[in-house]
Amino acid sequence: MAIDMRQFHQTFFEESLEGLAGMETELLRLEKAAANNGHDTVAADPEILNTIFRAAHSIKGGSSTFGFEEVAAFAHVLESRLDALRDGRSRPDRRVINLLLLSVDCLRSLIISARTGKETDKNVIDGVRSQLESLESESRASVAPMMATSQTQTSATAHWHIVFRPHRRLFHTGNDPLRILRELSVLGEIKVQTDLADLPAWAQMDPEECYLAWNIELIGPVSREAIAEVFSWVVDDCTLEITAQPVQSLAPRSITEAVAFMDAHAGTLRVSVPKVDALINTVGELVITQTMLSQLTTNFSFDNLSRLFAGIAQLERNTRELQESVMHIRMLPLSFAFNRLPRLVHDMSQKLEKKVELVIHGEQTEIDKTVIDRLIDPLLHLVRNSLDHGIERPAERVAAGKSETGHIELKACQKGGNVVIEIRDDGRGLAYDRILTKAVERGLLPASAKPSPGEIVEMIFMPGFSTAEAVSDISGRGMGMDVVRNNIRSLGGGVEVSTQKGHGTCFTMRLPLTLAIVDGLSVQVGVHTYILPLVSIVESVRINPEQISRPAGSAELYGLRQEYMPLLRLYELFHVEPRSTDLAQGLLVIVEADGKKAGLYVDDLLGQQQVVIKSLATHYRKVEGISAATILGDGTVAMILDMTGLIRLAHAGGGRAAIPTGAASMTTAVTPTFN
Amino acid sequence: MATILTVDDTASMRQMISFTLSSVGHEVIQACDGHEALMLLKGKKVDLVIADINMPNMDGITLVKSLREQADYKFTPILVLTTESRESKRQQGKVAGATGWIVKPFNPEQLLNVVKKVLG
Amino acid sequence: MQTAHALEHKGMPSGAEQFLTFRLHGQDYGITILKIQEIKGWDQVTPIPNSPAYVKGVLNLRGVIVPVIDLRLRFGLPEAERDVFTVIIVANVNGRLAGIVVDAVSDVVNIGAGQLCDVPAYEGQENREFIKGLAQVDGKLLVLLDVDRMVNPDSLDKSAAAAAVAAAR
Repeated sequence: MAIDMRQFHQTFFEESLEGLAGMETELLRLEKAAANNGHDTVAADPEILNTIFRAAHSIKGGSSTFGFEEVAAFAHVLESRLDALRDGRSRPDRRVINLLLLSVDCLRSLIISARTGKETDKNVIDGVRSQLESLESESRASVAPMMATSQTQTSATAHWHIVFRPHRRLFHTGNDPLRILRELSVLGEIKVQTDLADLPAWAQMDPEECYLAWNIELIGPVSREAIAEVFSWVVDDCTLEITAQPVQSLAPRSITEAVAFMDAHAGTLRVSVPKVDALINTVGELVITQTMLSQLTTNFSFDNLSRLFAGIAQLERNTRELQESVMHIRMLPLSFAFNRLPRLVHDMSQKLEKKVELVIHGEQTEIDKTVIDRLIDPLLHLVRNSLDHGIERPAERVAAGKSETGHIELKACQKGGNVVIEIRDDGRGLAYDRILTKAVERGLLPASAKPSPGEIVEMIFMPGFSTAEAVSDISGRGMGMDVVRNNIRSLGGGVEVSTQKGHGTCFTMRLPLTLAIVDGLSVQVGVHTYILPLVSIVESVRINPEQISRPAGSAELYGLRQEYMPLLRLYELFHVEPRSTDLAQGLLVIVEADGKKAGLYVDDLLGQQQVVIKSLATHYRKVEGISAATILGDGTVAMILDMTGLIRLAHAGGGRAAIPTGAASMTTAVTPTFN
Repeated sequence: MATILTVDDTASMRQMISFTLSSVGHEVIQACDGHEALMLLKGKKVDLVIADINMPNMDGITLVKSLREQADYKFTPILVLTTESRESKRQQGKVAGATGWIVKPFNPEQLLNVVKKVLG
Repeated sequence: MQTAHALEHKGMPSGAEQFLTFRLHGQDYGITILKIQEIKGWDQVTPIPNSPAYVKGVLNLRGVIVPVIDLRLRFGLPEAERDVFTVIIVANVNGRLAGIVVDAVSDVVNIGAGQLCDVPAYEGQENREFIKGLAQVDGKLLVLLDVDRMVNPDSLDKSAAAAAVAAAR
């Protein structure tokens, strides 16, 4: 029978990667303990070492069972090394721990390679492996067989005489002589003779002891090894004699394993049982409601109208609960995004010769899986930035009156419909003057401009901006701050930065709990309905025509409480017919994007609602100013607007003449002055 | 068919063993370590126990010893899974009272054969 | 009549193929049924801001947002009134869906290699990239269209750009 092993691969990959993550955490703990004790080697807590060993051991066992030979070979070497550590045959000093951490990386890369079929860096992996091997102070006895052993089989019939005399306590290991005899009978023809010589009288007999012995004649194409195999478990618990006629010809027969491995497809989700229980309960209630409504409508009469309404209200409740339950299932704790950070901080701080401590709070805050997946890279980049540019070298820190060890604090919490993640360091803060210089250099600001500190700091989010003198291979390349911000923005969130010179910098990321739905405000422009994400809306006001100014040509600005912002006529941006072009007839919705405000002119506000996000790009393409689409209650499609895109459209002259760049968002005293 | 308890801290092994054995009609119970195994066995009777040796909380050898002390499991077949090449682990298993061992890696056919031998 | 070789050169198989035929402005057209997911009646379409004129908008196809193209406008023909015969053909090209508005649909016909002709050069060569070939069916000329090109969003962009350039001249 063929059982397809591939169905177990996915689980194996996931548990192995988890095991490696655990190994990494423990190795870091080990190193920290060493550092705290002030000397390199450490009398390690045995449980740490056991955990580390078991992880490698499991990976070795699983990978060889499922046929991932490269993984198994490496895991075997690693396991030997860890075994030596565990037994105390060698001690875990810093050099060894670093090598082990490298090994974890290699194994991880091998497992991912097995999973995806992508190539690994063989040179690096072989290098690490030989280092591991050369560290071994004593060679391990024999190499465990990776494949099933080969067996020889006679082609000629042999005649064996077997005497099987179990010891008294054979039963106590759960062994059963009858089983052994049955097994022998499969090999060939047997004749069994029971030897009752040692059987005492019933009164003296202990039923838990074995008093019997057997003489067996076995005829068949059987080798001695095959017979010995049958007795292999009990060979120490009996006397065994196997005598035979000489074996004639041996035909080697090897049993080989050919287990194919397949790329595991995209991720699975581990869900806690309570979440699933809640879901099942909610669905149950939904079914009850549906049955009730169904009954009502079968023989409907108008007396039942109020009950029908009650039923619909209940349906709404059930649906909402169901939606929440299902969304909860896809939510994972942020620790999944944070788990690579300790290792990153460890490696980078060593490389940069800085002392850094990473503190994480709120990693149990949950967020949708799709958001987590896309959060990891921006997060890594921000932490790298802190390490590279923020935290100073120990000497510099001490000179500035700070502790030698820099601190990076990661704090996550849920606020309303968002998750807020703060990355705060106590480093040197952002260098305003350097940023300003670079901005002017790159032509992002005129030389005479006098931007506020807040505006200077926003400059770092401009594309291609990097103030590092030498682009280190750690940061300043690959992903810039602009990409970070775009990534977070594309998730429906935002990034802000605040900094204090000499004291540190704090990046704040705001992320929606989920990507699937959004709280929106429906607005009307002519016959068209659009949805504005609630999170972008500041307020809505009736337009006071006196507050409108037209500084340069036809672009319009609106003044609201000493703040001036661009006035965007949605109907112009989208080339549709409004109910009225007279601004006083409609409303202005004040929106915010990337720290900038704008006023959106619409005919009417229709109301707040939660909408399900449907992709426009799947079958069409991305449209500027539109983030996605949704399906309204009446089955028609409505567009969900993207504030940043709208502002870009306006700048590009989508409606009237382009808005002068200096007017993006200006806070002035009383009257605006323009260049 | 028989009721078999499989004890292993790696989910993929447990799944593979469980799937293989239930495909021929056995009922399979899973435990992730010795502790859980003992808990699951309270007041229950299984016909065979297959246990990994290296497990957290309670390893296979301790589990075997523990089971052999219970009247219900004095004679139940217990097989330990081992990749250890050293004889010592297998010996430890035997001394603790294990019926026999299965060497990892093994394929489903081998597993079924061994189980068949033990259970009949 | 063209040989099978020339037709294979155009990417058409030499065996018989089935085409859904439809009418547009008095002319018969055909699209391979292998790329047609379904046919539906005219439905409410939400316009997409700043899209080319022939992209009427998107509609809700059982929860999926599908763009709708007015084939008349795509081919530069005058727009027509929607009536009870107006049909939207939902094409599925490698998983991408798109709706095509046509005047009316007719039968599914079998077209063998022998019935296919190559497309001769014609004045203006407009929309030539959409035409896969010509066929004679029951004495009528059938224009076989390349659905992939027609609904490819990139080509939609290019055409929009070309139209913009043309309009600017």
